[in-house]
Amino acid sequence: MRAAIRVAGFISMMLSSSLALAEYKLDLEPGVTTFSQGAYEIHTMVMWICVAIGVVVFGAMTYAIIKHRKSKGHEAASFHDNTTLEIVWTIVPFIILGFMAVPATKVLLNMEDTSNSDMSVKITGYQWKWHYDYLGEDVSFFSNITTPDSLSLATSANVKQDETTLLDVDNRMVIPVNKKVRLLFTSNDVIHAWWVNDFGVKKDTIPGYINESWIKTDKPGVYRGQCAELCGTNHGFMPIVVEVKSEEDYLDWLAGKKAAAAEAAASAEKTWTKDELMAQGEKVYATNCGACHQASGQGIPNVFPGLVGSPIIMGDVAKHIDVIVNGVSGTAMQAFGGQLNDADIAAVVTYERNAWGNDTGDVIQPSDIKAAR
Amino acid sequence: MSAVIEEHHEEHHDHKPTGIGRWLFSTNHKDIGTMYLCFSFLMLFIGGAMALVIRAELFQPGLQFVEPEFFNQMTTLHGLIMVFGVIMPAFVGLANWMVPMMIGAPDMALPRMNNWSFWLLPGAFGILIASLVMSIMGMGSAPNFGWTFYAPLSTKYGPASTDFFIFSVHMMGISSIMGAINIIATIMNLRAPGMTYMKMPIFVWTWFITAYLLIAVMPVLAGAVTMMLTDRNFGTSFFDAAGGGDPVMFQHIFWFFGHPEVYIMILPAFGVISQIIPTFARKKIFGYSSMVYATSSIAFLSFIVWAHHMFTTGMPVTAELFFMYATMLIAVPTGVKVFNWVSTMWKGSMTFETPMLFAVAFIIMFTIGGFTGLMLAIAPADFQYHDTYFVVAHFHYVLVNGALYSIFAAVYFWLPKWTGNMYDEKLGKLHFWVSTISVNLLFFPMHFVGLAGMPRRIPDYNMQFAEFNQWATVGAFIFGFSQLILLYNIVKTVRGRRTVKATDQVWEGADGLEWTLPSPAPFHSFTTPPTVK
Amino acid sequence: MSEKPNNEKADNSRIITRLVFLVVGMFGFGFALVPLYDVFCDVTGLNGKTGEQVKSVETFRIDEQRSIKVEFLANLNEDMPWEFKPLQNSVTIHPGQPVKIDYLVRNMTAKDIIGQAIPSVSPGLAAKYLQKTECFCFTEQVLKAGEEKIMPVIFVVDPSLSADIHEMTLSYTFFVKPGTEGADRGVKVSSVSKALAN
Repeated sequence: MRAAIRVAGFISMMLSSSLALAEYKLDLEPGVTTFSQGAYEIHTMVMWICVAIGVVVFGAMTYAIIKHRKSKGHEAASFHDNTTLEIVWTIVPFIILGFMAVPATKVLLNMEDTSNSDMSVKITGYQWKWHYDYLGEDVSFFSNITTPDSLSLATSANVKQDETTLLDVDNRMVIPVNKKVRLLFTSNDVIHAWWVNDFGVKKDTIPGYINESWIKTDKPGVYRGQCAELCGTNHGFMPIVVEVKSEEDYLDWLAGKKAAAAEAAASAEKTWTKDELMAQGEKVYATNCGACHQASGQGIPNVFPGLVGSPIIMGDVAKHIDVIVNGVSGTAMQAFGGQLNDADIAAVVTYERNAWGNDTGDVIQPSDIKAAR
Repeated sequence: MSAVIEEHHEEHHDHKPTGIGRWLFSTNHKDIGTMYLCFSFLMLFIGGAMALVIRAELFQPGLQFVEPEFFNQMTTLHGLIMVFGVIMPAFVGLANWMVPMMIGAPDMALPRMNNWSFWLLPGAFGILIASLVMSIMGMGSAPNFGWTFYAPLSTKYGPASTDFFIFSVHMMGISSIMGAINIIATIMNLRAPGMTYMKMPIFVWTWFITAYLLIAVMPVLAGAVTMMLTDRNFGTSFFDAAGGGDPVMFQHIFWFFGHPEVYIMILPAFGVISQIIPTFARKKIFGYSSMVYATSSIAFLSFIVWAHHMFTTGMPVTAELFFMYATMLIAVPTGVKVFNWVSTMWKGSMTFETPMLFAVAFIIMFTIGGFTGLMLAIAPADFQYHDTYFVVAHFHYVLVNGALYSIFAAVYFWLPKWTGNMYDEKLGKLHFWVSTISVNLLFFPMHFVGLAGMPRRIPDYNMQFAEFNQWATVGAFIFGFSQLILLYNIVKTVRGRRTVKATDQVWEGADGLEWTLPSPAPFHSFTTPPTVK
Repeated sequence: MSEKPNNEKADNSRIITRLVFLVVGMFGFGFALVPLYDVFCDVTGLNGKTGEQVKSVETFRIDEQRSIKVEFLANLNEDMPWEFKPLQNSVTIHPGQPVKIDYLVRNMTAKDIIGQAIPSVSPGLAAKYLQKTECFCFTEQVLKAGEEKIMPVIFVVDPSLSADIHEMTLSYTFFVKPGTEGADRGVKVSSVSKALAN
């Protein structure tokens, strides 16, 4: 009986605590799309039906527990079946389920209708980041977590904890308001799942296959989510940030991205100074390498090799470039050849060969990378 | 009946082997049952220690104790050990002890196979735990892909230990299948004269159906891991798109096993509760035949709902609707069971000894898990719940607050029959209350963080989830350490000093053949079959 | 217990035999799920797997009333060091009208690599209505070091495609052919570094 009271206590806490714990969310949010609102409504309805059934069933049980106990001198009755009753409590749940199934079906059919979209974005899951490709626009980019220090025990304490810790990325996905944006999902390696609760969209990204969904919202803002399918070591560190902007702002952003891409292409042609390479290399390293090899270049013993004085880095440049471009078999070292441009690879190779006392003095130019590919 | 019992008394001393050989070469259903239960209890502490590592890491945002990679190994091994090493062996142990006694049989039908099926388990889990020991020693990662081991994370991207994991799963599978064959043969062949199927105790019925589920799906799991093995080592491409395979097919095959597996872990629990509630309500079980039919329909439905675990993989909408409706239907027979238990309690003459407390708590908390299960069945809402802590809360409510609670109830219920001594009722009640309060503190807040958007299987989280995670961690440590009370109570009862001798009937309302045997039950149960009217 | 009646032993072995058959049968069923799954995919369009090569696309009547936008995607799995893209992002066509589009592929390494393209169509229900007479995905593709190729796809959309569908996406993902050089990262690294060293 006290167990029942405790459960009731939890339920009442669930209802009242929104005041006490205003900053903590307890329930689904309605979100900003017809999906998330549909999911929210059906969730709320089914939850309250369950609570109602629970009150009736546990109420009857609590009554029996209080009244029909031996210590109160209650004698056991002898009945042990009742066909009418049994039929009733088989049929009534059917009817209740019907009440749930009808709206659920409606919401689901709406979700699956991806036709007549205004634009398409291809989203590719990588271990452990997202890649966004604006189809037909020639704009594509990776989106990485902004706090690579979060990824290891040694550096995690350096991370400032705030509302967006683990939920912030360097390059946000940007979409315009009131446009039906078709999302196409695929993966580069293992299965990931792209999920933003405020949109009610959660889809698996499957290597070799595509999945689709869509977003349309009239509420500009910044929406956050995380990968929702275990995808390896850093599954917990591949956040999603989507910014919904007005049409003009979106077009400005798109133009900016194109200009930046053109600039990056041009920079691959020029000859960089060592300082420029080192500055750029430090940035690239923090985003792409620091998670495993650590900002200090020390790595993690037995897990990720350190780079300070590493024979690969102190040795032949060609081998060093090869490891970065093509990865290393059977290890977490990915092939970055497809993910970074020549300038970034040149910068990071230069950085690794000159940082942390690895003073080889080597300066690697984008043209060297191009030649080595 | 009493004549039968006396005969036993004279005989059973002669047969009992002694020393380590008694356990190593045992063909006795009680000894093997005891070994299963002890093994499962040991695994509970190992798997529980892993759970505490997970909870300690999740106590506050940031990484404090383990690397993300090790965290993944913890979640994986915790899941595998709890499912295959705790819940399943514990139920097999209970079946070994109780099924022959309940149906009036001398022993299991296939005693030598029984021995083999037990002794495979320490080997299987030895391999699994060895991979973790090697990981701690820095010799490569233990399995780190979750207990559901989705391809290609477990195939192309799996650590070297995956092949050992596959071997281990094969051994567990063979063990379960042999155990199931044994239980079916026992129930079909060794029932006492007059014990028709519809007179069998519900526990025997639920195990009969569970055994068929095991035989139907464990080979499918074996097939799935065999395909993984050949994909990894022999150049096939069952789950690799590059060779014409499909990673999603892995999930279909896995969940074709996995969903019936869920019922393998809960049907025997239904059986246990259906024995305990009538005993302490001093009233016959309400709706015996509807209990049997409900169990059978749950077993049948379990084969056609598997894809509700995969709504987010991008199924055609017609398939989503089918699996959604089929899953919702499971609520009907499950509801029937809950209603029957409540009706059995209704107008009874109840007392609340420890087994009854655990059974009542089972009904309440399992029903909460059932409700969240129904919510998860609703496909559009599942897109929000899938792979969040809401799911974690759901399956822990049915597996810990459900299945594990039924095992606790069963142990307290039958321990006097096994040992001949009453357990310490005060300690039992203390164990119950500490466990029940802490287990809800542990799992209930997970609903909130899940709905608020915290994915499962992550080692670190945003600070908005911090408060409820702290509650959960506090609950986890109290729950974990409160199991030492159970351990102490069992040891005390088995040793039998300062305990009360149990009567043959043990409980005032107890009814059934097992209670006609003396306490402790003789080494061989019924050498001459009793007659059931 | 030792004096078990004989008929009971016979019963036991009969039950064991039947159950072992069931076990073996279910093990086989696990494997039978593989072809069954393909059938299931065909029927439901799961995962957007497209069908086999068809002989002719001329047989359909062109439905001038309807227009369908077909988008083209190109993906590379992580081991694949190629450049791969469609030469047009999308076409708008009438159902029944055969279309030819081209993909560009370039081997960026100094090593011959065998690739296999895996097609996928979204929405999945449209997959079996997209019929191909010519596609680089029907066979594996061998690209010599640094080689560049234009690869055509000829397809037609079956006019019986559900009227609800106005857009579809045809996606290809190139994998290194399993078991060949480059498929295993170890092989690839050593070969590429050898090439670089030369």
